[in-house]
Amino acid sequence: MSARVEQRALPGIGVCQDVVTRKGRRIGVLTHRDGHRELVVYDVDDPDAASDTIPLNSDEANALAELLGAPQLVRHLAELQQQVVGVLTEQLPILDGSRFAGRALGDTQARTRTGASIVAVLRQGEVIASPGPSFVFNPGDMMVVVGTREGIDGVAGILRGEED
Amino acid sequence: MHSSATLLIEVGGILLALALLGRAGRRVGLSPIPLYLLAGLAFGHGGLVPLSASEGFIEVGAEIGVVLLLVTLGLEYSASELVTNVRAAAPAGLVDALLNAIPGAVLALVLGWGPVGAVALAGVTWVSSSGVIAKTLADLGRLGNRETPTVLSVLVIEDLAMALYLPILTALLAGLGFAKGSVVLGIALATVAIVLVLALRFGNWITKLVSADDAEALLLGVLGLTLLVAGIASELQVSAAVGAFLVGIALSGEVAHSATALLSPLRDLFAAVFFVFFGLSTAPETIPPVLLPALGLAAVTMGTKVLTGMYAAKRAGIGSKGRLRAGLALMPRGEFSIVIAGLAVAAGVDAQLGALATAYVLITVVTGPLLARLSDLDRSKRPKRPTTGLFAKRQPDARPAGSTAPTPTPATEGI
Repeated sequence: MSARVEQRALPGIGVCQDVVTRKGRRIGVLTHRDGHRELVVYDVDDPDAASDTIPLNSDEANALAELLGAPQLVRHLAELQQQVVGVLTEQLPILDGSRFAGRALGDTQARTRTGASIVAVLRQGEVIASPGPSFVFNPGDMMVVVGTREGIDGVAGILRGEED
Repeated sequence: MHSSATLLIEVGGILLALALLGRAGRRVGLSPIPLYLLAGLAFGHGGLVPLSASEGFIEVGAEIGVVLLLVTLGLEYSASELVTNVRAAAPAGLVDALLNAIPGAVLALVLGWGPVGAVALAGVTWVSSSGVIAKTLADLGRLGNRETPTVLSVLVIEDLAMALYLPILTALLAGLGFAKGSVVLGIALATVAIVLVLALRFGNWITKLVSADDAEALLLGVLGLTLLVAGIASELQVSAAVGAFLVGIALSGEVAHSATALLSPLRDLFAAVFFVFFGLSTAPETIPPVLLPALGLAAVTMGTKVLTGMYAAKRAGIGSKGRLRAGLALMPRGEFSIVIAGLAVAAGVDAQLGALATAYVLITVVTGPLLARLSDLDRSKRPKRPTTGLFAKRQPDARPAGSTAPTPTPATEGI
């Protein structure tokens, strides 16, 4: 399903990552140590050789990544919602007086007890994706929870301190 | 007062001449190294323009140049990168050492320069020029090529091998007896090992020591640490160059990044002085007698480098065209060969070795990058595809107007 990315370290220069398409074309990104990037297009007849190298500054690289990536992401999310009927996403806040403010995500034992997962935390406009068990909640954090209706309600219950 | 005026005039004249030469060279795609060597041959004893007051300055400048060349080389690599590369490319490194060192050693023995001369000339023919090769690869747009990591791995292993080779050579050149020589060598190798371990384990700590937010303190800190360690290494017969290389390895992260930016202009300045100094210390009339052996040696060892590159690329599963490209790319010898020859000549090995090394480096560093382009010829002859046709007239360095992307920075650009 997902394309295989080959990664090559270039000691002293940076790193080069590339992908071979279904039709056998190789295309890659060369990231230099100083952060600037080059888009590399490989030769048809000699897939080891770069036939063209296009330097990109960070704005250009971001623009290209958005062109390639953003529609994919949106479609991917839409597909997920369609595919899994009965699975919901809900946002639950950590309120000021919550017993979990200042405590670790692992302390909630939410997944073990309810089957629902905390897949992201929204904090001051930023998204913290896939927080680990040692992630510490702040008051005002918004958890993004994925699970069944009962699972999500269960997590809300844990947050209110009902099941203990 | 008078001599200081002469000093300024001479140094200024030399630097200005180098600037003009370098510019002319770049226009035809030539590395500045051979031009600086030629400039050195032209100045000084037996040359066109005799120098008087600036010789002392140039000698000290050359010493600093070697140290700066090596510390910036070390800064390019992290210790863990070195370890990974040694594991992956050790067989290629071994083939590289055997194929390329032996022809040099044999020729030195044939010419009667003795075992020490043989070890020195072996080093001269063994080590490719990381600076010239990285620049050539960037110029030819080959950094993304799949064989490029194998080329760079060979260079990394050579650079690391120098950390072992230079102390051995230094001990041999010091003319110490076997017993005393092995003690000195033991101390040298132990020092290298200890510093490498320190760099691997405590690199962060060493980095913190010189870490500073303002550029001036960082420049003075890194330069001071480098010269100090290089001096101590030299005192222990490890060779100043290796000391500097190890300091470069030990520094990492943001400090290494900023230090590279700060030291590069200084490196370019003093490395140019170093190449001039080496040319200066070679009398031009000693070159013609060694020209024929130098040509032969260059032909043989450029061939063995091609074989080395092809072997290394084959191990990495690269196709036949890529193997040839890897082989042709590795041919130029440069800064390290001159460093080795410089050590040998300074220690009193046959002065002809200096002349031979100069001629040899001149040949390989000029023809190497030209021959590297050979493997692109078949591509330009092919019927043009829409993708390449649009950019067919593009110069390797040309970028679209208005692009703000920095040019690719090869390992030691400008050298």
